[in-house]
Amino acid sequence: MFDLERVSVAYGAARVLKGISLRIREGEKAVIIGPSGAGKSTLLKKLYELRQAQCAFIHQDYALVAQLSAFHNVYIGRLDQHSTTHNLLNLLKPQKAELSQITPIFRAIGMEEKMFARVSTLSGGQQQRVAVGRAIYRRSSIILGDEPVSAIDSHQAGGLLELIKSSVDTVILAMHDVQLALAAFPRVIGLREGRVFLDLPSEEVGEDTLADLYRRS
Amino acid sequence: MFRVSLSFLAVSLLCLGLADIEITTLDPWQELRRIAVGFLTPDVSVLYTFRGAMINTVTFAFCGIAVGVGAGSVLALFFQLTAVRLLCAFVRAIHEIFWAFLFLPVVGLNPMCGVLAIGIPYAGVFAKVYAEILQEADHTPLKGLPAHTGRLSRFFYGVLPVIYDDVKHYTSYRLECALRSSAILGFIGLPTLGFHLETAFREGLYSQTPAMLCGFYLLIASLRLWVKPKLVLAYVAVSFALVSTEINLRWDNITRFLGHDILPWPMRREGFLDGTGEISFPAEQVWEWVVHLVRTEALPGMWNTVVLTQVVLAGSGLFALLLFGTICRHFVSRRRFRGLSHYVLIVLRTTPEYILAYVFLQLWGPSMLPAILAILLHNGAILSYLTGQNANLVRLRMDSSRKKMNRYFFEVLPRVYGQFLAFLFYRWEVMMRESAILGILGISTIGFFIDSAIADDKVDKAVFLIFTTALLNMGIDSISQIIRRRLRVSAGAVFAHQQ
Repeated sequence: MFDLERVSVAYGAARVLKGISLRIREGEKAVIIGPSGAGKSTLLKKLYELRQAQCAFIHQDYALVAQLSAFHNVYIGRLDQHSTTHNLLNLLKPQKAELSQITPIFRAIGMEEKMFARVSTLSGGQQQRVAVGRAIYRRSSIILGDEPVSAIDSHQAGGLLELIKSSVDTVILAMHDVQLALAAFPRVIGLREGRVFLDLPSEEVGEDTLADLYRRS
Repeated sequence: MFRVSLSFLAVSLLCLGLADIEITTLDPWQELRRIAVGFLTPDVSVLYTFRGAMINTVTFAFCGIAVGVGAGSVLALFFQLTAVRLLCAFVRAIHEIFWAFLFLPVVGLNPMCGVLAIGIPYAGVFAKVYAEILQEADHTPLKGLPAHTGRLSRFFYGVLPVIYDDVKHYTSYRLECALRSSAILGFIGLPTLGFHLETAFREGLYSQTPAMLCGFYLLIASLRLWVKPKLVLAYVAVSFALVSTEINLRWDNITRFLGHDILPWPMRREGFLDGTGEISFPAEQVWEWVVHLVRTEALPGMWNTVVLTQVVLAGSGLFALLLFGTICRHFVSRRRFRGLSHYVLIVLRTTPEYILAYVFLQLWGPSMLPAILAILLHNGAILSYLTGQNANLVRLRMDSSRKKMNRYFFEVLPRVYGQFLAFLFYRWEVMMRESAILGILGISTIGFFIDSAIADDKVDKAVFLIFTTALLNMGIDSISQIIRRRLRVSAGAVFAHQQ
């Protein structure tokens, strides 16, 4: 599905990704770990650009519309798949068809009672759940997520990760919580200073490998 | 900031010396007494007698705003083009009353004249402000939308919710301005409140005036109650329905106006004398006409306008600096006194400068004094209100001085001065426009010459003078923007406080 061959990305003079070669097949569930500034977000954005229409993206800053309700924000996940008239109607009054599809999602993320709350009134963790819900609602074949459970306590984060994994075929997330990442994902990609440091099944990732990955240079 | 303030103050004091200030009425106190008596015996029945004018005031305002918002929104989308920006700046630079002067020969004393006189300059204003709001809005929600979302859906889900509050706030503030503009258009003959106010003042019917003024204040004060976003469209529709019953637009009027009447007299002279109405172009005579007009009317008019503007610029600033403390909780602890001051300021800023000037004119006769006071009180009230609100937001440390003077100079004033200065310079071009139109009342600013030209049916002179006034206004606006950018102060946050 994704086949990167020595891809480099630079922002102006700063080179963020230096010759990344990566192959991710359909149906794989992979997690990207690594120290800050390693290029995780940049790699995810690059993957998104390659297959925009088939991806649902969970942004690190959620990118929600604060003035709209949680319901409408989740609906935005499929905004390109309905006619403009339908979108406008739904904006003025939530349509039955959408309600029947979106309510189960809110139930799954544990926010049913906040479905019509304005996003600006929600806490950071709740907003992040809405962002996750929006990605799930899109029913795409791929979900890309940049720290999608960072604001949620580790107790509940595991459940949310399972929800994401069960909703689509291919999942690629960037996470900073290494223990959670190893527990939930079969494939681990470690980035360090813009390069692929490791690309292993999670069982084969040992403590010393992780120490090397996160070592301060 | 300090240097800029001082230099402007110096210029203003110089202009104060140049300004023509005197009291020419024989017995101003008697007139004042009559006004006071009238104030105590208001004739409330006039609100019913003149209900047509009251309704017209409202419908002209709504229609004007609708035109302004409609055209302005479209223009805002193209604001990156310099031509659009220049057009909007030019259109904004001409006061509503001068626009009405331009439309009078074309459509007559007609609701359309009023609606266009309000709608066109407001379109320029809305274009600029909406473009700014769009530019400064948070764009991050847009990246959360799917990549191939249609443009309209993208706008309604990703842009409109973000800008909605700012747009609503500013548009409702403009509605209030439109009601003021609509009211004073009556002073030049249109069938709104100002018409009857002028008659009442002229005839000395001082019992009618407080009733009408209070009716107007109540109208503005109650706006928040009956102008709800969901009802606005209905109000606009009803207003257009009421206004369109009297529309009488003739295409040949427009072509005659644009193709013949506004051309300088030397170009029309031959056609006039031999009855053919043809246009010629005697270049030397046209040039002489221009030079003569500039020397005898444009320059003196603009000079007096600028003198008046500078005086009121510093005057309003000083007024605000002296009085903003009266609504600030750091200086006046008693809520009642703050409330009283609050209401006085609201009355002063709701009353159009034109009406204030007219009242002072009755008291003191034609000189710059009525104009200075009128513009100074109106703008000073606005500035006091805004600065006072800002000052109320300032949080003082627990151990800050209890002495009011110390608080004022060391704690509050330094913190609010930047925004105060930003808004003062923002109002500079507004004050210039107001100074220009107050010439209609008899002082020798440019409005005097424009009014005379229209009265003599010399449309060509009027258009030329209005055009030069617009250029002057655009110049002042540019200088104001440059100064604000240099000082790095922004009036943007001020709009959040507009009520």
